[in-house]
Amino acid sequence: MADATHMDVSYIAHLARIHLAAGEAELFQGQLDQVLNYVEQLGELDLSNVEPTTRSTAAFEHPGVNVLRDDTPRPSLDHDAVIANAPAARDGQILVPKIME
Amino acid sequence: MDTCAPMKYEACIGLETHVMQKTVTKMFCGCRNEYGAPPNTNVCPVCLGYPGALPVLNAKAIELCCKAGLLLGCEINPHSKWDRKNYFYPDMSKNYQITQADRPLCLGGQIVTEVNGEMKTFTIERIHQEENAAKNTHDKSGSLIDYNRAGTALMEIVSTPCMHSADDAFAYIQALKLIMEYGGISDCDLEKGHMRSDVNVSVRPVGQEKLGAKVEIKNMNSPSFIVEAINFEIARQIELIENGGKVVQETRGYDSDRGETFSQRTKEDAHDYRYFPEPDLLPVEISAAQISQWKSELPELPVQRRERYVRELGLPDYDAKVLTAEKHISDFFDTACHKTKQYKLLSNYMMGKVASLVTEKGVSVIESKLTAGTLAQVADLVGGGNISSSAANELIEVLFTEGGDPKAIVEVKGMAQVNDDSALEKWAEEAIAANAKAVDAYKAGNAASVNALMGYVMKQSKGKANPPAVIAMLKKKLGA
Repeated sequence: MADATHMDVSYIAHLARIHLAAGEAELFQGQLDQVLNYVEQLGELDLSNVEPTTRSTAAFEHPGVNVLRDDTPRPSLDHDAVIANAPAARDGQILVPKIME
Repeated sequence: MDTCAPMKYEACIGLETHVMQKTVTKMFCGCRNEYGAPPNTNVCPVCLGYPGALPVLNAKAIELCCKAGLLLGCEINPHSKWDRKNYFYPDMSKNYQITQADRPLCLGGQIVTEVNGEMKTFTIERIHQEENAAKNTHDKSGSLIDYNRAGTALMEIVSTPCMHSADDAFAYIQALKLIMEYGGISDCDLEKGHMRSDVNVSVRPVGQEKLGAKVEIKNMNSPSFIVEAINFEIARQIELIENGGKVVQETRGYDSDRGETFSQRTKEDAHDYRYFPEPDLLPVEISAAQISQWKSELPELPVQRRERYVRELGLPDYDAKVLTAEKHISDFFDTACHKTKQYKLLSNYMMGKVASLVTEKGVSVIESKLTAGTLAQVADLVGGGNISSSAANELIEVLFTEGGDPKAIVEVKGMAQVNDDSALEKWAEEAIAANAKAVDAYKAGNAASVNALMGYVMKQSKGKANPPAVIAMLKKKLGA
């Protein structure tokens, strides 16, 4: 991984399978650096005794933890609908470009 | 030190074992967790990764993961959370897997088991809960994806690099499998891929503390292949170092036909999973009260059951070990023990006649027509002197293949042992009349001669006479 204040946009774009047009890498690199530098200001605070925030919704919900469901089946989607929604299919399976050599 | 690396090198082996939990539904949605269903029938917007679909945690999966942890002596994390592991592969259509990175459900733990007669302790680092990927098959034109398995509950049990030989790893896997089965956590059916391991192998000179560069052998379900792959890999790495080479940290596959591991070309960024907290799921907090509740519900483990067989049923430790080696056998035996007190006879039949029928007919004891109840009756019939041991074996075979009522079969097939005094007396008299020589020898003090007479009676009675009763009758007739 790159350090916290610099991430290579071309590398990130590759990992996310995003194709950048000519000039975009430079444009976004500047913007991304700005964002990272902004967030980096948090580093000025002593947070050694603060629990990391692991959720974004806790302030709005009660109790904010342990939202669980019983292990009881619910209906699945209709098989034909699933297949109709796939770009390609064969024998009830979803067909994708070959992923093994 | 280590048998595979004599003198100079020590192998360090760690396992990451994926275990599919025995839940009715998937980890994050209500689709059924069902093996062998027609492809893409147990799927919904959540497990297909449709935009906007939201996951909801399966309470049973959390319970089973924590119970697995308690069975393995782990600490249950009071605060655990969820993370996304990002990668692009069609077996995970969201383009990320929901898993636990820095706050797993269970921490620490160990497995104590026997390796070649020696008790060893293998340490566990953590258990985290995650979701399974879809099943892919490949042919010439493309790859076919069945999402039925996608999103099913999967735990990853990570050991420390505490094993030093293939035998250690084999014993660890066997012990782990038994604990998962006895604990009701997973069926651990290897053919159905319920338990698969990634194996990390490295070697280092004996005495060196720092671990050598590790090689990861991915996704193996057969314990015997794991043994082969480890042995091959240890030898390969030592040879490489001996010849002045260096072990490269990499992922390798195992080719079971060739019996060797091979380098799997991986993209250099393959391990950049860019973990980040899963915003769609809230953390899980587990109270001390909940942990005590789960602890109180834990079933008996194989080691405990083995001790109980010795302590309460008076069985030899050998019997106890054999009977507990497979859960369904042990459960069958347990049920039978509730119906008879002839524990040793039951044990003998389970390990003897029943086991050989299982091998011979290729049918497990559960699939057979024999029941714990009918086997218990056989033991009672033998224990009560109603049928002979050889008749019992014959009876068990009938019950195994055809089923039925033991007493009725004994009746119909004329298997009953004769205890009736008048019949015994008649056979004894015939034996004495026909074997003058043996009678003389017996009277002259050769006590063993009574066996010749006994043999005659058994032959005349077609094996139905009760041997102790025959001896008693003969001795009485001979005036002893």
